[in-house]
Amino acid sequence: MNFETTIGLEVHVELKTKSKMFSPSPVAYGADSNVNTNVIDFGFPGTLPTVNKEGYRLGVMVALALNANVENHTHFDRKNYFYPDNPKAYQLTQHDKPLAHDGWIEIEVDGKKKKIGIEELHVEEDAGKNTHGNDGYSYVDLNRQGTPLIEIVSKADMHSPEEAYQYLEKLRQIVQFTGASDVKMEEGSMRVDTNISIRPVGSDVYGTKVELKNLNSFNFVKLGLAYEEKRQSAILKNGGTIGQETRRFDEKTGETILMRVKSGADDYRYFPEPDLPGFEIAPAWIKEIQDSLPEPAEKRRSRYVNELGIPEYDAGVLTDTKEMSDFFDEAVKFGANPKLVSNWLMGEVNAYLNEKKIGLLETKLTPEHLATMIKLISDGTISSKIAKKVFKETISNGTEPEGWVKEKGLVQESDPAVLTPMITEILDNNQQSIDDFKNGKDRAVGYLVGQIMKQTHGQANPKVVNKILMSELNNR
Amino acid sequence: MNYLNETIDSLHKKLADKELTSKELTEQTLAGIKEKDEDISAFITVNDAATDVAKKVDTEGIKGNLSGIPIAFKDNIVSNGIKTTAASKILYNFMPVYSATVLEKLESAGAINIGKTNMDEFAMGSSTETSFFGNTHNPWNLDYVPGGSSGGSAAAVASGEVVAALGTDTGGSIRQPAAFNGIFGIKPTYGRVSRWGVIAFSSSLDQVGVMSKRVEDSATVLSTMAGHDYHDSTSSEKEVPDYRANLDKDMSGVKIAIPKEFWHEGADPEVIKQVNAAIDVYKKLGATVEEVSLPTLKHAVEVYYVLASSEASSNLQRYDGVRYGFRAKDVKNIKDLFVNSRSEGFGDEVKRRIMLGTFALSAGSYDAYFKKAAQVRTIFIQEMTKVLDKYDLIMGPSTTSAAFKIGAKIDDPLAMYMNDILTIPANLAGLPAASVPAGLANGMPVGLQIMAKPFNEQAIFNAAYALQEENKFYEKIPTALKGED
Amino acid sequence: MISKEEILHVAELANLKLKDDEVDSFVSQLGKIVNMEDKLASVDTTGIEPTYNMGDTSTTFREDKGIHTQTREQMFENVPESEDNLIKVPTIVAKGEDE
Repeated sequence: MNFETTIGLEVHVELKTKSKMFSPSPVAYGADSNVNTNVIDFGFPGTLPTVNKEGYRLGVMVALALNANVENHTHFDRKNYFYPDNPKAYQLTQHDKPLAHDGWIEIEVDGKKKKIGIEELHVEEDAGKNTHGNDGYSYVDLNRQGTPLIEIVSKADMHSPEEAYQYLEKLRQIVQFTGASDVKMEEGSMRVDTNISIRPVGSDVYGTKVELKNLNSFNFVKLGLAYEEKRQSAILKNGGTIGQETRRFDEKTGETILMRVKSGADDYRYFPEPDLPGFEIAPAWIKEIQDSLPEPAEKRRSRYVNELGIPEYDAGVLTDTKEMSDFFDEAVKFGANPKLVSNWLMGEVNAYLNEKKIGLLETKLTPEHLATMIKLISDGTISSKIAKKVFKETISNGTEPEGWVKEKGLVQESDPAVLTPMITEILDNNQQSIDDFKNGKDRAVGYLVGQIMKQTHGQANPKVVNKILMSELNNR
Repeated sequence: MNYLNETIDSLHKKLADKELTSKELTEQTLAGIKEKDEDISAFITVNDAATDVAKKVDTEGIKGNLSGIPIAFKDNIVSNGIKTTAASKILYNFMPVYSATVLEKLESAGAINIGKTNMDEFAMGSSTETSFFGNTHNPWNLDYVPGGSSGGSAAAVASGEVVAALGTDTGGSIRQPAAFNGIFGIKPTYGRVSRWGVIAFSSSLDQVGVMSKRVEDSATVLSTMAGHDYHDSTSSEKEVPDYRANLDKDMSGVKIAIPKEFWHEGADPEVIKQVNAAIDVYKKLGATVEEVSLPTLKHAVEVYYVLASSEASSNLQRYDGVRYGFRAKDVKNIKDLFVNSRSEGFGDEVKRRIMLGTFALSAGSYDAYFKKAAQVRTIFIQEMTKVLDKYDLIMGPSTTSAAFKIGAKIDDPLAMYMNDILTIPANLAGLPAASVPAGLANGMPVGLQIMAKPFNEQAIFNAAYALQEENKFYEKIPTALKGED
Repeated sequence: MISKEEILHVAELANLKLKDDEVDSFVSQLGKIVNMEDKLASVDTTGIEPTYNMGDTSTTFREDKGIHTQTREQMFENVPESEDNLIKVPTIVAKGEDE
């Protein structure tokens, strides 16, 4: 029996605001326990929510970037359930009038392009965090409580773990390029829940959906779904039935483990939040947001290839993250040669980031400094060898390259009037090398250049040195 | 201090003329409360620190009308540093770290929070008998209930413990106790007063209001505490008039509608007699009175109990024993903590409403109950609006009977719910409504209810003031008060 | 009518525990109340929009400014049990469900 897989994804993305979605408490990742809380976040009696405009705006931004239709009349709803990290015992969300609906993402699998539908997007508040002690107690931190989230619900349009993986990659990239979120799985600013079912090919009834949670990377999503495909088809082949359940992925074993069996539908008793009025999202505001959308990755990539002459692969790397792409654009704006900027970003800069395990924005390198440094190389002011030294100084300490080069006397020596006497003197002291050269041993040239570099502390312009040396050698 | 013959204006004059300091007034008020509350039990918490606040007012000088005047607050109005319980065991020890907007506004006008009054638990009840802290007694007859849920506030005002008190009104919780105690009480238009810091019962129905013996005193307090508040997204941005300054008892040409359904067969004839007499006063004063019909009124109680209980079931879920209030002992896991804290912390009436509301919202019931009730609410609002398009005021009895004996109805929830039929309409439609004393029925006070167009509280104050100046009910001394003539 | 099973299910949703002798009185009291509510069915509501929100406001956005309105110490004044600035609760049984 052959099976067909059906996958739907629910992705939660934290929106980058200064304050919470329904309370003015600051939002900050990694803050000390319960520091960013107030009476609203603690669900104190008598407190009321207020809606963060920026949170909503960022939500609309994401929706527009995902080609969705933004709802003009909307309201908020209460989703009722008890949990220690859910202080009001209801979560404010949008249930029957979500922020937007009917979007899509185009992915490419095995060279084939495919549109994956997005059912709807809605804004809601995040819950706090529980930790479990070994002492029979759990501990609650409400810092995260109320952080704005947008939930992006896909249609059940994906049919393989690879499609799900590509959807997530693409989704992450699109959202990241709006600037609305950091979309970092490791910091929890992007979280993925999946639904997967399988059915015999040709069947017109979907199989029982299994929910898969606790997926901490896209790769684990792919592995978890692939495991589920195998597990479910083995059960069906043996005449078994799939249970309606929630499972989690075990990163160590690569298997999925039963978390709980779902007993019918959860009864969240959704109803419209009476503490907030209805919201009218004006078409003019939506247009304003549309017009303010940053250039998406796709467009940037083709611009890099077609207008700046960057190779296809390199353009792909540069547009992997918005910070890299923004950095590139900025550096080019400062007048540096695009190809050189690209080479530096993909080479030295990336190597540095990998070594230090940090992000580009966590370094002290600025697009202007990188552009200056590249210009210093291009106009021969510094050698590429010195450039590495300058780069290290600039990226580690944020030092302005041009001034530093001058201050440290690292400017390349290109003046023949200075270099010629030096070269003549070295030749005078190295008759053996001259003889070797005359006997056709090219190695001798390398040795002589090395001597000159040593004497000039690496600052001699290699091109000029070569030219003078050759003419001197040929004259002897 | 005995407030029976005082008004905010008379007290303000004494304070301004330095006949009396705010400190003295506050001390006398505290003494009066201690003495009278032996019989009445209007307060859950008396603010003994009020004297210090009064001293500060004296130092800074008496300014506006409310400067240095002690006022009582229903115990579901959150007060920073003063225990706030909503009369529930589940909040028996709750110490707020912020204050309700109404309290802050009144305090910044110089008013002094003298204490927190008793009420039905979470404002769910019509007799103040569901309070965790015991009953409050009606100053007209100590064996009788003061009504509810703002029974403590009403009894405190009627017995002369304070000149004015704040209450909240979700389905009549200001007007019914005002009627039962022979005082004035107004529930403003929904959105007129901020709900920030008011412990929620039913968010789309709750509204804070005032109770006082004299109409003009409520007018002063409401003007001070009303208005937009950025904390409450449902609070209106409309300007707040100076109700006190604009008081006008001229009733000529005022068009009054009386819905025939308010005179239904179950009503106490003695009550009806007093209400009819009051309406005759308006005719005498030049108003026109015409009968109208509100056919959907018969469903008002049904709509109210579904919507109020549904919202309440959600609003009261936060009381889970985790972050504040009562936490059950000897529990093994979080589920037990939730269940035991709530089961031990809530009283029966609150549990009944939570159960009803949870049921009405649950899968399979939502459309037939919650959504249906919300649709019937729309029909009812349309009916009320149609009447108010033609008339300035709607009048009728505030209650179907005068105050009843303590214990008489507590075991029959349905009978208790039906009590609210006359006060519920204003909450369902968000209209301003008040109860003003009309007379006595078998020695217990009767209230005339007055409703007006949204945000036209002034029309209510004017009409109530007109009746007050005619019947001078405020001169009557509650019959159970000792040592009063 | 409302059955005993329904009452127990609703109590479970509401996190309330009814004592054995309470269940029957709840069944009868709530039954009466639900019967009253069933009268709503007689109202024709075809095409009628439900009223869920009151008030005259709409689209009340707040500007995005992060501010502290209370200190952590204030927030913990009412917490029954705490440790290291965390709210301490009896163990959450269903492990692995939290994020």
